[in-house]
Amino acid sequence: MKQFLIFIKKEFAHVLRDRKTLLILFGMPVVQILIFGFALTNEVKNAKIVIMDQANDIASQQIISKIRASRYFEIAETIHSPQQIESAFKKGNIRLALIFPAQFNNNLMHQHLAQLQVIADASDPNNATTLTSYISSIIQDYATGIAKTSNIPYRISPEIRFLYNPQLKGAPNYVPGVMALVLMLVCVMMTAVSIVKEKETGTMEILLVSPFSPFKVIVSKAIPYLILSLVNVTSILLLSVFVLDLPINGSILLLFAESTLFIITCLTIGIFISVKTNTMQLAMLISLMGMMLPTILFSGFMFPIENMPVPLQVISNIIPAKWYYIIVKDIMIKGLGFSAFWKETLILVAITVVMMVISLKSFKIRLS
Amino acid sequence: MEAVNVKNLVKIYGKDKTAVDDISFSVNQGEIFGLIGPDGAGKTSIFRVLTTLLLPDGGSATVDGFDVVKDYKQIRSRVGYMPGKFSLYQDLSVEENLNFFATIFNTTIAENYHLIKDIYVQLEPFKNRRAGQLSGGMKQKLALCCALIHKPVVLFLDEPTTGVDPVSRKEFWEILQQLKEQNITIVVSTPYMDEANRCDRIAMIQSGQLLSVDTPANIIKSYPEQLYAIKANNMHALLKILHEYNQVKSSYAFGEFAHISFKEPKFNPDQAVTYLETKGLQDIELIKTEVTIEDCFIKLL
Repeated sequence: MKQFLIFIKKEFAHVLRDRKTLLILFGMPVVQILIFGFALTNEVKNAKIVIMDQANDIASQQIISKIRASRYFEIAETIHSPQQIESAFKKGNIRLALIFPAQFNNNLMHQHLAQLQVIADASDPNNATTLTSYISSIIQDYATGIAKTSNIPYRISPEIRFLYNPQLKGAPNYVPGVMALVLMLVCVMMTAVSIVKEKETGTMEILLVSPFSPFKVIVSKAIPYLILSLVNVTSILLLSVFVLDLPINGSILLLFAESTLFIITCLTIGIFISVKTNTMQLAMLISLMGMMLPTILFSGFMFPIENMPVPLQVISNIIPAKWYYIIVKDIMIKGLGFSAFWKETLILVAITVVMMVISLKSFKIRLS
Repeated sequence: MEAVNVKNLVKIYGKDKTAVDDISFSVNQGEIFGLIGPDGAGKTSIFRVLTTLLLPDGGSATVDGFDVVKDYKQIRSRVGYMPGKFSLYQDLSVEENLNFFATIFNTTIAENYHLIKDIYVQLEPFKNRRAGQLSGGMKQKLALCCALIHKPVVLFLDEPTTGVDPVSRKEFWEILQQLKEQNITIVVSTPYMDEANRCDRIAMIQSGQLLSVDTPANIIKSYPEQLYAIKANNMHALLKILHEYNQVKSSYAFGEFAHISFKEPKFNPDQAVTYLETKGLQDIELIKTEVTIEDCFIKLL
């Protein structure tokens, strides 16, 4: 036990004394969360729009003030003739035009159905789709609001619903993905490199010629990275709650339990790589190419798995990050309980056990 | 009982790279035993088999009575091993390294402090310095401390003085002498022939083969001819002429001199001087010289 403790203490010293490792370990998750959360989102903020209000009645005014309050749109100007719409688009910075016809409120009140026109700049189709759905949901929201006060079903536009992400936030999809990516990198690469480093510098030779068994060496190598990874999970969650305004809808305890499981999976993969390689460069290369790339491609976090050809869909099943990504999404965003993802958990456990058995079998008690 | 016993040991790398070819020797308890040979002779392979790091491809070996294959666990807790390359944690301090290895071997620094005291007092001023920032000699002393801290029965030192300055080398051998008095068996390898005299017995190894095992004194005594050292104004020409001179048994460069021996024991060396002068060499200096281990080594090749 004393041997264990001093070994773990030694491992912490290695990590904490190496500024570069420390930077990768704790800087990377923060940077990634912030980059994915802010820079790479496909949500649109402060899009400039123009409004032509031919009705100028209570309904149109209320909708306009709702739009003005939203942080997605910024009303650039109010115009009065259809010709101005075209010239506004031609200036280039206007994304969308909203036209209320005359008698808007009248139609809504008496026919229970009002129409309005949304014109979007579709030179960037993704952007246009996103913006039109934002604005439809604002209008829809208003219609439901007034419908509540009476029994008359007022309708303005077709119903659009956004499940789990009503404000179409960009961050929710990224946080679980970044968690999977960061843990994969930290655990696999750091453990693999730290074990191979002992081989390369020759300290493994001394450790082997000691009563401390090689198996214990491996276990005490893994424990510090388990702890450091949990610190990383905590910091990612704190960032996502307090900086990205993304609440954790499910059980935090469950989230940590599943994260611990995934970390152990990654640690066993790292150990496996370290058993099979003899140089730090090779270990790092395999961890990066062999682990990070499939994680990005096949976890479903950047590219939807459903859109892939069947062979690739099959391959995606052996990527642990895919299952972890599903679990984290279920807990964090959908707020589901264990019964929703016990299958995914079981698959992760199976992958871990298989990797553990393989690495223990190929582990050498001697050199070469 | 012998501390180390090696019988017909064979170690082959890959398909046909024979590193150790049928070597047998034994090391008595409490002696300093040297493995002497140039780089690539197979010294490190022998060390790795004896420290249970490699499996032998033939023959057998025991350390402190335990078999290196079957009883590797017992051997691992009984021996101290210092690999050829500096193998401590460069980012840990001197004290942390020592403390780490003491704990790994289930002991404490205090328990065996008497063993390392003489060495450690020199390291003590730097105990908070990272091992990576020590000088070469200091690193070796620290590595020795770490290998000694658990009071090993047999100490294996693989080229401990390679890359160390002459003063530190001398100190290092004095330390080994003190350890020997504590009844620790020491097996040490070195490519430096001049260090062979510091050992109680030596095994001379070349290309995986054992040339001779004996005390340094006996090996020198068994050198059959009188040896001469010779010098002239043109050493290159001198060596070439000696090589073709039919009275010469062996000749080779040795430092600033050339060492030669003659075929006839009664041969008068003055004749050789005369002969060389007729060949156009000047300032010839020919003197009797003491046989060194290196001469014996060259003779055995």
